[in-house]
Amino acid sequence: MTDTTYTPELSAPVNRRSAWSRGFAHFRYVMTSNPVTFLAFVLLAGMIVVALFGPSLVPYDPLATLSDKALKPPSREHWFGTDQLGRDVFSRVVVATRLDLLISVSAVALSFVCGAAMGACAGYWGGWFDKLSGRFLDTIMAFPLFVLAMGIVAAAGNTIQNIVIATAIINLPFYARVARAEVSIRRNAGYVQAARLSGNSEFRILLLKILPNTLPPMMVQLSLNMGWAILNAAGLSFIGLGVRAPTAEWGIMVAEGANFIISGEWWMALFPGAALMLAVFTFNLLGDGLRDLVDPQRRT
Amino acid sequence: MTSQLHNPPLLHVRNLQVEFATRKGPVTAVRSVNLQVAKGETLGIVGESGSGKSVTSYAVMRILDRAGRIVSGDIEFSGMKLHDAGEATMSDLRGREISMIFQNPRAALNPIRPIGKQIEDVLIRHAQTSRDHAKARAIEALERVRIRDAAKRYHAYPFELSGGMCQRVVIAIALACKPQLLIADEPTTGLDVTTQKAVMELVRDLTRSQGMATLLITHDLGLAGEYCDRIVVMEQGEVVEQQDTCGLFTAPAHEYTRRLIRSTPHAAQNIRDLLPDELRLPPPPAVEPAATDEPLLVVTDLVKAFDPPVGLLQRLKNRGRKPEQGVRAVDGISFSIARGESVGLVGESGCGKSTTSAMVMRLLDATSGSIRFKGQELTEVPAGEFARSPLRRELQMVFQDPHESLNPRSTAAQSIADPLLRLTGLRGGNVIRERVEQLAAQVGLPLDLLDRLPHQLSGGQKARVGIARAISTKPELLILDEPTAALDVSVQAVVLNLLADLKAEFGMSYLFVSHDLEVVRLLCDRVIVMRAGSVVEEGPTAQILSAPSAAYTRELLAAIPRPAHLPHHAATAKVALA
Repeated sequence: MTDTTYTPELSAPVNRRSAWSRGFAHFRYVMTSNPVTFLAFVLLAGMIVVALFGPSLVPYDPLATLSDKALKPPSREHWFGTDQLGRDVFSRVVVATRLDLLISVSAVALSFVCGAAMGACAGYWGGWFDKLSGRFLDTIMAFPLFVLAMGIVAAAGNTIQNIVIATAIINLPFYARVARAEVSIRRNAGYVQAARLSGNSEFRILLLKILPNTLPPMMVQLSLNMGWAILNAAGLSFIGLGVRAPTAEWGIMVAEGANFIISGEWWMALFPGAALMLAVFTFNLLGDGLRDLVDPQRRT
Repeated sequence: MTSQLHNPPLLHVRNLQVEFATRKGPVTAVRSVNLQVAKGETLGIVGESGSGKSVTSYAVMRILDRAGRIVSGDIEFSGMKLHDAGEATMSDLRGREISMIFQNPRAALNPIRPIGKQIEDVLIRHAQTSRDHAKARAIEALERVRIRDAAKRYHAYPFELSGGMCQRVVIAIALACKPQLLIADEPTTGLDVTTQKAVMELVRDLTRSQGMATLLITHDLGLAGEYCDRIVVMEQGEVVEQQDTCGLFTAPAHEYTRRLIRSTPHAAQNIRDLLPDELRLPPPPAVEPAATDEPLLVVTDLVKAFDPPVGLLQRLKNRGRKPEQGVRAVDGISFSIARGESVGLVGESGCGKSTTSAMVMRLLDATSGSIRFKGQELTEVPAGEFARSPLRRELQMVFQDPHESLNPRSTAAQSIADPLLRLTGLRGGNVIRERVEQLAAQVGLPLDLLDRLPHQLSGGQKARVGIARAISTKPELLILDEPTAALDVSVQAVVLNLLADLKAEFGMSYLFVSHDLEVVRLLCDRVIVMRAGSVVEEGPTAQILSAPSAAYTRELLAAIPRPAHLPHHAATAKVALA
């Protein structure tokens, strides 16, 4: 902290690395400093690869029925066994990844954007919008959330789009509340006042100066919610709402497999259930890593 | 010094070395520190941030955080070895034999427990009293620290008390068990000068009457000089000098001590005196401000009232009646600033000086009154829309906390470039970069630091970034809101000189908001003293500080700690003695 040099060292070499290489160095630092974060990112990368290329990688058509091979236990040809219609469970589990991730990512993205916008406005300007949005969110929270989602899908129609919207609505209060709290503690921070003096408009200050600083806690919320959104989508399918048979989806597969557990055909429910668990596990582990990535204090 | 030979020291630290485990391997925070405190003695540890003065005291209390570790050395307290004592022994000693007062009194108190109960807790923990008598003892302790209506205050929560009162409660807790050694870690930082004086005199009187030894840790050489018998000066984890107070000020042995004494603004005749010889530069060529009689800024009858929050029920009850007057933070003040003049706005916390500067800066709407800047009325444009006004670039501000006023996600260069992009219409990456580098050079910020984030810069560097940002649009009026309050004295000396040079170079006018009269004396032509939202006194600096007419100004001047051995600037010392 000794800072007594009065004459500037103008001849000091100017070292300007590109933003990309600095970003990559920071990514590498976060990955290597915490093995759990590294594991979570590897699992996430694996899931993204499976979601993108799954349908062209699988050995069987996930919808093709082979009646002579119905209800076979796991074997060399069928790694996860076959279901009651003779469909290959492994192929169905792999292909379902894309749909499940799509539903949960779009639902979470939707509630993140809407919730952050709503909470940020409420936290920054306060007043009637804050009161109104606060009571609206309280109303959502007052419902048992899964029942609310069931009601929305049942009323609006049984489509993938409606599952996404229902999941987004029940997640909205979490983002809005975190965003409101994080914005309202920063709205008169020194750097916000300084931004006002620099001639930034209020909207610009909120969007470019305050919101980026609320990202670290929002990221933790995001990753916890991702796992929850996957479970929610699968849960809706499990009780017969949302995705319909014969589409490959983890929730329906668990639901169908559950009928056969008593008769000893455990593999039909176990493998899609395990895939579901792995996905939730991955997103829950991701939280700390994502926060560290977006937190500038972690950079050196 | 002789008394030490006869008395065995109460606390004896030998060759203390403390290390902290960090991301980049172990860092030595304190190396080979030797010090001793005799019974009834007050020892000051003085140093700037990072000197290891707090770490030394934490090591004595054995409350280093988990990353910290005593590597070697002995700590002996009245015959007991503290450096390898068990946690059970230590928690028995803490509060009973050695007590500590922390910097932020509000953070040191439990916010959800009445203060009286918190005093009882300590007494009961150390078996000083039974539960039946605890309350009476706690009220006694509150009376000892001169809290009025102690029996009533017993039930108060920390948030109901002012900062000075909270610090008294912390002192009451620390002294409740009559310890032998009191460690005070920056006990008055963040308190007003008059409160500081009251708290320090209280500590001195109580420790004297109970024959306690005190270890006062502070960055303020003036404070240590006034209240300590002996002073230890630390720099970067090492003790550089250890002398009795008189000797330290009259014949400092170490170069660092001399620099520290010089940086303290008490003795300086002018602002260049604060700097070490090698850093003194000739003043830059001064720009004569445009010769007009019209003042740059005229503030007339400015009022800011904060309305109490009114619920729906209250509003229904009050319908038809005139709404209640809220708190008037600024109560009709008037002043003016001429071109090229620097005016000090002085007062204690809560006097409305920050509210005034926020209104002049158009960050806050005034309730009534007028602010005329270069003949134009500023209050006509609401604060929320002032960002688009062409006058925005003429009015800029340097904030109190250099860290908090920088966006944690923006590099130094981005922070400096922000007003350039928004207000000057400068475009193009290279043009902006060139101007940013020019500004960095003007404020003495090394260019290789421009791509760092705020948390990678030191306090002084961050202050420079804030100043560079404020002067980037070449404003005519710059408000400085306690720009050096969060800085070490040696950095403060450099920053004050930088501000004086920049003012001369660009012909800016300053409104310097501060609680520190010594700094105002060096930097300002004129002073306005504020109290409770109104102007108490106004006039040329020399006159106000040497012959103040208001009693409040005299009280403020008298409260500045003045070590008897430090040569004073004659004018202010005279007032203090009167």
